[in-house]
Amino acid sequence: MTETGYRQIIRDGLWNNNQALVALLGLCPLLAVTNTAINGLGLGLATTLVLVASNTTVSLIRNLVRPEVRLPVFVLVIASFVTATELSMNAWFHGLYNILGIFIPLIVTNCAIIGRAEAFASKNTPVRSLVDGLSIGIGFTGVLLVLGGIREMVGSGTLFAHADLMFGEAARGITLSVGEDFKGLLIAILPPGAFLGLGLLIALKNVIDERTRHLRAARTISPGHEPEAATHA
Amino acid sequence: MTKHPVLVAGAMLTLFAIAGSSLVALTHEQTKERIAANEKLALLRNLQAVVPPQLVDNDMVTDTLLAHDPELLGAESTLVYRGRLGGQPVAAVLTPIVPDGYSGPIKLLVAVRRDGTLSGVRVISHKETPGLGDKIETKKSDWILGFSGKSLNDPQVERWQVKRDGGDFDQFTGATITPRAIVRAVKKTLQFVQQKGEQLYAAPQSSHPAEGDA
Repeated sequence: MTETGYRQIIRDGLWNNNQALVALLGLCPLLAVTNTAINGLGLGLATTLVLVASNTTVSLIRNLVRPEVRLPVFVLVIASFVTATELSMNAWFHGLYNILGIFIPLIVTNCAIIGRAEAFASKNTPVRSLVDGLSIGIGFTGVLLVLGGIREMVGSGTLFAHADLMFGEAARGITLSVGEDFKGLLIAILPPGAFLGLGLLIALKNVIDERTRHLRAARTISPGHEPEAATHA
Repeated sequence: MTKHPVLVAGAMLTLFAIAGSSLVALTHEQTKERIAANEKLALLRNLQAVVPPQLVDNDMVTDTLLAHDPELLGAESTLVYRGRLGGQPVAAVLTPIVPDGYSGPIKLLVAVRRDGTLSGVRVISHKETPGLGDKIETKKSDWILGFSGKSLNDPQVERWQVKRDGGDFDQFTGATITPRAIVRAVKKTLQFVQQKGEQLYAAPQSSHPAEGDA
C-alpha cells in the first residue's frame, strides 16, 4: 500500500508495539538468555529469522487455510521453521547453539510469533507481513541485545564476551572489559537481574514516550491548535 | 466440499504437516554431516584438554567402552574413552555424573593415566549458582586444574575431602557443597579405575563412536 503504511509498520514493530517492551510477549526466553549481549543477539536473530519466514508463509497461505484449522496450521508452519533454524544453528554456530540450548526450540512457544501470524500476517499481503516480521524481530532483538549488554556489564564486567562464537575467531578482540578488578554484581546475571533490567528498560521507554508527547504537544500549541491529548494511553 | 468440512480441514492439515516435515527433513539432510563433525570436534577438544594430544596416537573418540557402576560413577552406564600410544594403554577418560551437586547433576570428564594419577578433570555441564558454585569451570577459576597429578595415594584416601571436612582440597567462599560433591566423585572414579585395572583397556569397544552425550 502506501509508503506511510510501511513506515507505520516499521515504527510499530521497532518501538510503538515493541513485543518485549509494550506487548510483553516472549518474556521467558527474553529473561532467561540475556545474561550476555551475544546470547541475546543470537536468540534475537534466530527469532527474527523465524518471524520473517513464518509471517511471509502465513500471509501467502492466508486465503487457502480454512478458519477452523487456522491455528494448528500456523503452529505447524512455525514449528517447522524453528526446527530448521535449530538444525542450521547447530551446524553453523555450534558454540552458540550449545549455550542457548533449549531456548532455540522454545522459540516455538514465543507468543510474539503466533501473535503476529494471527494478528497481522493472516490479514495482510506477503510483503507487508515480511516487513512486519522483520520490524518486530529487530525490535525484539534490540531489547535482547540491550538487556543482555546491561546485565553482562553490571554482572560480569565484560561486554560482547564470546563474540567469537557468533562472528568467528576474528571477533575475539571485540570483547570489552569494564575494569580489571570489577568482578560484577552477581544479581545482574541471576534471574532477578533480568526482571529488574527489563523493568528499567520499560520505564525508560515510557519516559522517552512521555517526553516526545510533551514536545509534540508544545509544538502543536504554538500554531493555535489544541494539543492532541493522550493518543497513547 | 461443503458436505465434509472436517475432511477438507483434515486433508489441509495433513498437507501442511507433510510440507513442514519435508522442510525439516531437507534441512536435516543438509546439516547432519556438519553437526556430526561439530560434535566430534567439540568432544575431541574436551578430550585433548585432559589428555595431551602428543601422548596418544589413536582416535580416542571412537575407542570407547561402556562401564556399568552406578555406585562409583553416578549413572547406569558411563562412557570411557581410551587413549593409546603405539597400541599401549596411556590413559582412560571417564564421564561420570556427580549426582549430589547443589542444583542438579554435574557432568564430569575425568582422565586417569595408566599409573592411576589424574591427567585432568573438567566440568562438561552443570547448573551450579553463578558466582558461587560455578568456580568449577576453568573460565571462572583454576580450582579444577588442582586435580592434575593427584592419585589415591597423593593425598591419602582419607584426605580426599574439602578442607572444611578435614581434607586437602579447597572449598569456595559461600559454596562448599559443589566442591565437596566433585571431590567425592573424582575419588570414586579413581577407585573404579583402580578396581578395573587393565580390564579397562583390554575390553573390546562396546559403544558407537561419539554416541549420545558430547
